[in-house]
Amino acid sequence: MNETDQNMVNTFFEKETMKRIWDILEKVTDPEIPVLSVIDLGIIRDIIINDGKIEVIITPTYSGCPAMDVISMNIRMSLISEGFTSIKISQQLSPAWTTDWMTESGKEKLKSYGIAPPVAKSFDKDFLEKLVVECPLCHSTNTSLISQFGSTACKALYKCNDCREPFDYFKCH
Amino acid sequence: MTQKINNLISTKAQALFNYTIHLADSSLIMGHRLSEWTGYGPMLEQDIAISNIALDLIGQSRNFYQYAATITNSNTEEVKNITEDDLAYLRDTREFKNHLITELPNGDWGKTILKIFFFSAWQFYFYQKLIYSSDKQLSAIAEKSLKEVTYHLRWSSEWVIRLGDGTEESKKRILLSIEELWPFTGEMFEPADYEKELSKEHISVFISDIKNDWINKVKNVFTEATIDFFKEGIWMQTGGKNGVHTEHLGYILAEMQFLQRAYPGCEW
Repeated sequence: MNETDQNMVNTFFEKETMKRIWDILEKVTDPEIPVLSVIDLGIIRDIIINDGKIEVIITPTYSGCPAMDVISMNIRMSLISEGFTSIKISQQLSPAWTTDWMTESGKEKLKSYGIAPPVAKSFDKDFLEKLVVECPLCHSTNTSLISQFGSTACKALYKCNDCREPFDYFKCH
Repeated sequence: MTQKINNLISTKAQALFNYTIHLADSSLIMGHRLSEWTGYGPMLEQDIAISNIALDLIGQSRNFYQYAATITNSNTEEVKNITEDDLAYLRDTREFKNHLITELPNGDWGKTILKIFFFSAWQFYFYQKLIYSSDKQLSAIAEKSLKEVTYHLRWSSEWVIRLGDGTEESKKRILLSIEELWPFTGEMFEPADYEKELSKEHISVFISDIKNDWINKVKNVFTEATIDFFKEGIWMQTGGKNGVHTEHLGYILAEMQFLQRAYPGCEW
């Protein structure tokens, strides 16, 4: 095979491998919110394939999020179980992760799971008190903030004044 | 350990290492102190809030420690495998460069709130400037941390107002705590030698530049909290940024580092 043909074959295999990796990552979920995949969260910044070596670049959500270490491990385990051997997971802090990167389907999944998805765009900088958050259970907008800090770093605690149920809200970040 | 590292790396790398460690230590010690409230908060939501703030700070310190480890490993042939854990758990008090205010005991709820307020107000203006650092990684960490610190400042400001403009008891306690903490606030605006060194290349922040912003923020919140306190020109405690600490840091490290010291190399 001449060089051009060899390059074409390499590119084809690279594309196939890239697609395979994205499909594998679709199934890696957030351990705390198992309906969301790492793709839904928007934390996969890049995948680099170099001579059979895979590098997955992720951007952490909150600085202290304890799920990030578990997520890194799960990404690695998923890739290993699919036959990849040379795997590197690196972190890229900038540009900083924002809920703006969360996919629309991710937000829908959050709602059906019972967590209110982020309402505004992060650059709105509107603090929690002014936001109107819809109850994920009865869909009323008559809700109030109980605490800016909820069960995890990313969530705030709300209650619905109509159905009286408390619920988590995924904060804009 | 720090002396060994400083002996092995270039002078410029030393300044960067020390600066990064200073930022890492301040966030770690503050986060550790706040975690002492976990399980003891006055109300469940506030217990959770203060634990979340502690978690954010420890996360920030991790980012700085990881960078300090990278600086060490890439600047000397002899040391190639220092990790964030080595830096956090195997250094002694004189090697820590945290602000003194972060190691002070929590005291009552009001004193802790004030500590968070003074410190997060400093972080808020500091990170806004650090984003423009010519060092890309410090800038990236600042960008990330600023989002979280904004929440910390807002939460603690509201509590200062609630307590200052609260009952006679809460006001009395808050005023007492301000008296006790005030002499430790000046250190946050006094540059250490390594900061001055790095400012020549626009890596570090000119912290004297943010002093007025900080003072105005404190004055505004105190006014709304009906707290009548402001002292200028008093003698300020310093030394933390150069490893000279209060008696409190030793106890903190004894507790925090005990497991690693007792079982060296242990892992989960």
